[in-house]
Amino acid sequence: MTAREERAGGDRLSAQPLLLGVRHHGPGSARAVRAALDQARPAAVLIEGPPEADALIPLAADEDMRPPVALLAHAVDEPGRSAFWPLAEFSPEWVAIRWALEHEVPARFIDLLAAHSLAWQRGQDGTHGQDESAGPEEGDEGSGGDRGGSGPGEGGPADGVRIDPLGVLAETAGYDDAERWWEDVVEHRGVGEGDALAPFTAVEEAMTALREAHGSGGHDRDLVREAYMRLQLRAARREFGDAVAVVCGAWHVPALRQRSTVTADRALLKGLPKVKTDMTWVPWTNRRLARAGGYGAGIDSPGWYGHLFAARDRPVERWMTKVAGLLRAEDRLVSSAHVIEAVRLAETLAALRGRPLPGLGETTDAVRAVMCEGSDVPLALVRDRLVVGDELGRVPAAAPAVPLQRDLERAQRRLRLKPEARERELELDLRKETDAGRSRLLHRLRLLGVPWGEPAVSRGSTGTFRESWRLCWEPELSVRVAEAGVWGTTVRTAATAKAESDAVSAPGLADVTGLAERCLLAGLPDALPTVMRVLADRAALDSDVARLAQALPALVRSLRYGDVRGTDTGALAGVAAGLAERIFVGLPPACAALDADAADEMRHHLDAVHGAVGLLAEAAQRGHADLRFRWCSVLRTLSGRDTVPGVVRGRAVRLLLDDGELAQEEAARLMGLVLSPGTPPADAAAWIEGFVGGSGGGLLLVHDERLLGLVDRWLTGVPAEAFTDVLPLLRRTFAVYEAGVRRTLGDVVRSGPGSRRSPSAAGVSGFAGELDAARADAVLPVVRLLLGQDGDTAAGAGRAADARATAVAG
Amino acid sequence: MSAPVAPTSVDPSENGSVSAPAGAGQALRPHAEDAFAHELAALAAQDDRPRPARWKLSPWAVATYLLGGTLPDGTVITPKYVGPRRIVEVAVTTLATDRALLLLGVPGTAKTWVSEHLAAAVSGDSTLLVQGTAGTPEEAIRYGWNYAQLLAHGPSRDALVPSPVMRAMAQGMTARVEELTRIPADVQDTLITILSEKTLPIPELGEEVQAVRGFNLIATANDRDRGVNDLSSALRRRFNTVVLPLPETPEAEVDIVSRRVDQIGRSLDLPAVPDGVDEIRRVVTVFRELRDGVTVDGRTKLKTPSGTLSTAEAISVVTNGLALAAHFGDGVLRAGDVAAGILGAVVRDPAADRVIWQEYLETVVRERDGWADFYRACREVSA
Repeated sequence: MTAREERAGGDRLSAQPLLLGVRHHGPGSARAVRAALDQARPAAVLIEGPPEADALIPLAADEDMRPPVALLAHAVDEPGRSAFWPLAEFSPEWVAIRWALEHEVPARFIDLLAAHSLAWQRGQDGTHGQDESAGPEEGDEGSGGDRGGSGPGEGGPADGVRIDPLGVLAETAGYDDAERWWEDVVEHRGVGEGDALAPFTAVEEAMTALREAHGSGGHDRDLVREAYMRLQLRAARREFGDAVAVVCGAWHVPALRQRSTVTADRALLKGLPKVKTDMTWVPWTNRRLARAGGYGAGIDSPGWYGHLFAARDRPVERWMTKVAGLLRAEDRLVSSAHVIEAVRLAETLAALRGRPLPGLGETTDAVRAVMCEGSDVPLALVRDRLVVGDELGRVPAAAPAVPLQRDLERAQRRLRLKPEARERELELDLRKETDAGRSRLLHRLRLLGVPWGEPAVSRGSTGTFRESWRLCWEPELSVRVAEAGVWGTTVRTAATAKAESDAVSAPGLADVTGLAERCLLAGLPDALPTVMRVLADRAALDSDVARLAQALPALVRSLRYGDVRGTDTGALAGVAAGLAERIFVGLPPACAALDADAADEMRHHLDAVHGAVGLLAEAAQRGHADLRFRWCSVLRTLSGRDTVPGVVRGRAVRLLLDDGELAQEEAARLMGLVLSPGTPPADAAAWIEGFVGGSGGGLLLVHDERLLGLVDRWLTGVPAEAFTDVLPLLRRTFAVYEAGVRRTLGDVVRSGPGSRRSPSAAGVSGFAGELDAARADAVLPVVRLLLGQDGDTAAGAGRAADARATAVAG
Repeated sequence: MSAPVAPTSVDPSENGSVSAPAGAGQALRPHAEDAFAHELAALAAQDDRPRPARWKLSPWAVATYLLGGTLPDGTVITPKYVGPRRIVEVAVTTLATDRALLLLGVPGTAKTWVSEHLAAAVSGDSTLLVQGTAGTPEEAIRYGWNYAQLLAHGPSRDALVPSPVMRAMAQGMTARVEELTRIPADVQDTLITILSEKTLPIPELGEEVQAVRGFNLIATANDRDRGVNDLSSALRRRFNTVVLPLPETPEAEVDIVSRRVDQIGRSLDLPAVPDGVDEIRRVVTVFRELRDGVTVDGRTKLKTPSGTLSTAEAISVVTNGLALAAHFGDGVLRAGDVAAGILGAVVRDPAADRVIWQEYLETVVRERDGWADFYRACREVSA
């Protein structure tokens, strides 16, 4: 209170430091800060930010430096523990830094040391889990005036209990949204002709009143930070005199104004934990500034703010022209008349809503109604390209190295894996701790586009716990590591972020399943939820059953890998089961009206899915236990549907029979049905191919004479003109049998199916327990004679069928 | 040259005056300005904000009339439109900036309702209406002739039969065109001169009718019908477009459905069926999930079937289920009563939609707690 009265006395620079309370990333604040600095011309500029970064300030003047950029602090021993201070072109802090550099005035950061705030972070969560998401910009930025409220590591549950200082002010002013209130009152007003310091005085008064009512408002760490800032301010005043300016969150202004003793402040700072910290500049993007980007700087619309800051005058008109330009570039019809109407609508809307100037809400509504014909689709484009914007920051090469490089070096030391230019092979036994770590590191680097190791084909054992790598460290890999630095500060977090980003942009379903496999190999469980979500989404929207069927086996394979490596694969199993369900539903309709090639492909899918379902059912989780049962009902549906191609139908019957889900009598009935005269011979031949094709089919015929009899009877009944059509199919079917099986089949056919009923065999299969070699041999010459060849049994069984047919016909 | 057409010259058999004599009390469905006359009067009495020319209320008061609120003297204004405030604000502002307003939306999103209330609040008259159909002639938008007069006395203003649009122009009122995209393209284009030049020439008389300040036009169109008679870009440019969305939250939709179902049930004299809110919630959930292509928990994406699955369809499914339950069931709305209706609403394309529906049943419904009866009922009707 007293402070306010004193300042009202005017000439405050001589007595009091200039305290410029801002909203972080507020373009209006930034503009006001520049005007105030121009007017007051302080001898030094103090900025809320980590003092370790003082040495980096001159880099801001480098011509290669382009905002948005961020100050990155990380613990030296633990690169994963880090915090960011993003700065955009329109951030008041950035403006202050640039002003100081242009006017050759010293600039200092005066917030608490990052060494302390990072150590706090450790005290708080202890794990690596959310380190980066808990940068100083997290948390209460949304509430406007004060980023400073949240030290690194804060945010999360604590937010709920804090008061929102601006919310209180906005509510008092009759606004339901604090953000909008601040924009109307502070950000959207141009710099007037009058005193450039007046707005800051007003904000300070409001904040003083608020802090009198609410104290620290639940932001307990603020007290410590403010104590430190006061000490720094005192030191600066000793050095530069009273003519210093401070740019800090509006919330802190009353605290800096407050008189307190050095001893009291020192007492607050006593015993703070500390870690060794390194700082550097890193490039940032508008998307990351936006809340949606994860490392939220807490602003929804960096592009819009940038526009407000950069526009000389008539911001709404200029904005609408920009939007029209973008939409035109996308081939939408937008005329100048549209722009005029959009501006009028935005302005009238602002009047209706009682706002001094159209804000982002009004302009967006106007763009939607006038230029986008009410559709949100082009609007999404506007939002993405303009409101958020795709600006990418740049940092000069002179900036210190990124922490990812350091983390990699530490990992290399720990795993005793030296980067060597010489190529060498590395055999890993994944059951050993170190080897498993090496494998994960190499897999992670591959994900990051740093192909230090290439997987090689293992020479010795082929067990799932063995891996072979070919290692070779090329010099350009160092560059790749530096590039990969944008993904994160440790190999693990960077690989996780890269995998998530890859998953989102992956073109096909199979790419995502592949990625899931790689994530498991690289031991990135944190990336799995995202990958799985993308996978589930792709699977849900993919209407091509064939693609789903292709993806399933890889997924089930990953599931088994995961088991070997002891990863939690619950989510994976869930997704795999969901994928299987979709295949079950989609398969019967997808099998209708296929041509021969497509049908053959479908048969392979059927086999693959069958195998995968078997494995999946073994690893079944709760609720997926009846997968196999449902798969069988799908197979039954397929086997009984006439529109399904013969080869698929036959295969379905066969799979059911193999699993014991279908009695042999029933299989025989179905076969009889297909092979009855009503079915076109080509279709019947395809059925036979599906049913007895592939491995084991021959033995089935050998062991079940009834089936063989059916085939035999059908074959003899095929009319001569259809026979030539059927022949290639049958050849293909029987040619893949092993020689022995073909020979036995020939024997059985020779003796006439059903004629050698053995009393010892149980029921249907009419064979003795053991082969009677003498009798079998006796038949050989005749078979040779029949086949018209000398001893070479590798000839096609198709020819056998051919011969057989001739024999029967003759 | 602007000559307001005197209401007396209107042929009583033509549109407009038919509705006038019917008292608000007797009409099956009174006009908005009659049904809510007291609210409009209260708003007008307490509205001290600037009003555009010939507006009965200020834009702010119009928005309040639609969105509801309590006036300083305690009069409660009921909400006419339940939905985003932004929609109504943009619509009202559009009319205030002298631009025509096009309300787009799938069937059942209250387009006509909003347009009627807007016209009632702005001009105090919602009856200047052209219903668009495939057979709407140019006369319905411009003017026609009273042929007896025409033959007896030759062309004159007395023989002219003005359209609702022409009368709105002459009197500075709000005209309404329903289902604009159903009107043939050449007839639609008559609106271009009216909206850009704000004048309607009468070449037969060598005259024109100039729009008086306050004239504006609200059109509605079904955006599923886009492409039937798509607006020419020249015409489209004259409109600000507002898309009326489907209800935002499940609760709002359940509320709308149960309220409407209740009203319809009463007017059809269906026997009262005890509280079926749970079943209604399920129907709404199914509709929303399939429509949005994602489950309510936001975890699973779904394919969207070809039907619109609007709130109006949900209402009809539930009404139908109620009738089934009352006449053939045990008088309680059960899963079985709505299952067939849902199947009919979802599966419009027998091939593609059926797969989508079954996928939905197997991957979402089957595993949901407490939905077993619903799953079984759906399986029965889908089989």
